[in-house]
Amino acid sequence: MPSESDARAKAPFGLVIAAIGTLLFLHVPMLIIFLYTFTPEAQTYTFPLPGFTTKWYGIALQREDLWRSLALSLEVATVATIAALVLGTLAAAAVYREKFFGREAISFLLVLPIALPGIVTGIALRAAIGGLDLPFSFWTIVIGHATFCVVVVYNNVLARFRRMQASQIEASMDLGANSFQTFRYVVMPNIATALLAGGMLAFALSFDEVIVTTFTAGQQSTLPIWIFSQLARPRDRPVTNVVATIVILITFLPIFFAQRLSAQSADTEGESK
Amino acid sequence: MLLRISAYFYRRQRLVLLLLLGPPMIYMVLVYLGALLSLLINSFYSIDDFSGVLIREFTLRTYAQIFNPANREVFLRTATMAAAVTFTDALIAFPLAYFIAKFSSPRVKTWLLIGVTIPLWSSYLVRVYAWKLILAKEGILSWFVDLLRLTGPLDWLLGLPGIGGSSLSLSPLGMFIVFAYIWLPYMIIPIQTALERVPASLLEASSDLGARPFQTFRRVILPMSFPGVVAGSIFTFSLTLGDFIIPLVLGNSKFFIGQAVYSYQGTGGNIPLAAAMTMWPVAIMVAYLLLARKLGAFDAL
Repeated sequence: MPSESDARAKAPFGLVIAAIGTLLFLHVPMLIIFLYTFTPEAQTYTFPLPGFTTKWYGIALQREDLWRSLALSLEVATVATIAALVLGTLAAAAVYREKFFGREAISFLLVLPIALPGIVTGIALRAAIGGLDLPFSFWTIVIGHATFCVVVVYNNVLARFRRMQASQIEASMDLGANSFQTFRYVVMPNIATALLAGGMLAFALSFDEVIVTTFTAGQQSTLPIWIFSQLARPRDRPVTNVVATIVILITFLPIFFAQRLSAQSADTEGESK
Repeated sequence: MLLRISAYFYRRQRLVLLLLLGPPMIYMVLVYLGALLSLLINSFYSIDDFSGVLIREFTLRTYAQIFNPANREVFLRTATMAAAVTFTDALIAFPLAYFIAKFSSPRVKTWLLIGVTIPLWSSYLVRVYAWKLILAKEGILSWFVDLLRLTGPLDWLLGLPGIGGSSLSLSPLGMFIVFAYIWLPYMIIPIQTALERVPASLLEASSDLGARPFQTFRRVILPMSFPGVVAGSIFTFSLTLGDFIIPLVLGNSKFFIGQAVYSYQGTGGNIPLAAAMTMWPVAIMVAYLLLARKLGAFDAL
């Protein structure tokens, strides 16, 4: 796979095989779920498939509970993403603008929700919700999701701010633009793709989150919670495969485009973590 | 008017900073740190053994419970799994990371990195679920093993106490495979980042000075990429310690830390014990992070 006319050394054959094998290992399992959406066998996971059917897609269409969960997941992810966009951008702008006491602490605090195991965030929120006697609701889910979505927007936008020339803003102001015009015509175009990339990542993270949600959802079920409950009490197993395929598609596309965007704007490498 | 407002703010940088920082900090401190604090406080409460009512009085009784033999065993089992997963992931991750960093053109590199980061971000639960299908007794892996005429050795492995079970999808061995699969991307990226920083001139110097490729690998590349391995191990270790989905989906009745926390607060309704139990992974991670900083892993993040 090394490129055709490259001066760099040719990779040893064994290394190429190992690299390809690892990539396949990472991706093939998802394809297997897709394959199993066509199995006629509802009780077991027999392979090779004993036949071929598309009826589970039809059955999935008619499952009310499933659609409610999908709608809830989309709503939660949308609101959590909007919150993350606002909070993450504000924090990035503050950290970029100047050095101040506690700047490092802010990055640390924002990273904490994804650095600590999800169960810590989950049970902590659960304890807080219980301590305050709050009822579980749509908003408790959103609040939980926003805590770990902020950091992806923050990271993306901060990286973009750091590549932006500060002199652009000064020039804009010198030429008579007010803060709002400067923001609208100079800052926004610069960070737009970073916002888009961060927002899509945040959306995908929220959409398929299950660990924190288990502790903050109460009786409602988001789509991942729905899948999780199906694992314990299966009913029409292949329907779960259809749903899993939908989840893969809904998260795959935004992440793919977010990675493409970051790879294009970071000239050298597509590193995004 | 707008210009006047702009000028007003321009002259008051501190105020602007406060306005920018205010909302995210209020949110994170109030919601996130607040929640962590309430978790800590709860771990010092206890549950009345008979009525199951929460007693809001300071006690170390709950902490004493996490050191009882049953919970110590849970802890040991989880830590052993986390260590095995971390070690295996480092082995699997290295060749791909090495290939991406040293042997791929910029265009191929972009695509390979996308190929690694997509599973890092997406569909955690679904990726666990995929293995439920793959590892099932009548599933694709059994079929493949049978094709290779290896059913005998597999059954022998599953018969071993400690790692075996009735089938791969209900055994510690199966969990190990899935853990290693799920956290693999978290190991690849830091190793690749560390390898990117090994200058090509250093490798040339090594071979000019007469080192064979293996010697260069052993003496130059490996030591220089070690911080990346440590950085990756922070993720694989921490994520394995706290996970409860994989043990619930693929495990048997033997608890892992995350699963114990989940069941203490859920079916047990014992938030103090669940809270105290999460202090296991938190304490280990703090110690681990301090050690990792000594080893220079943070530069590789």
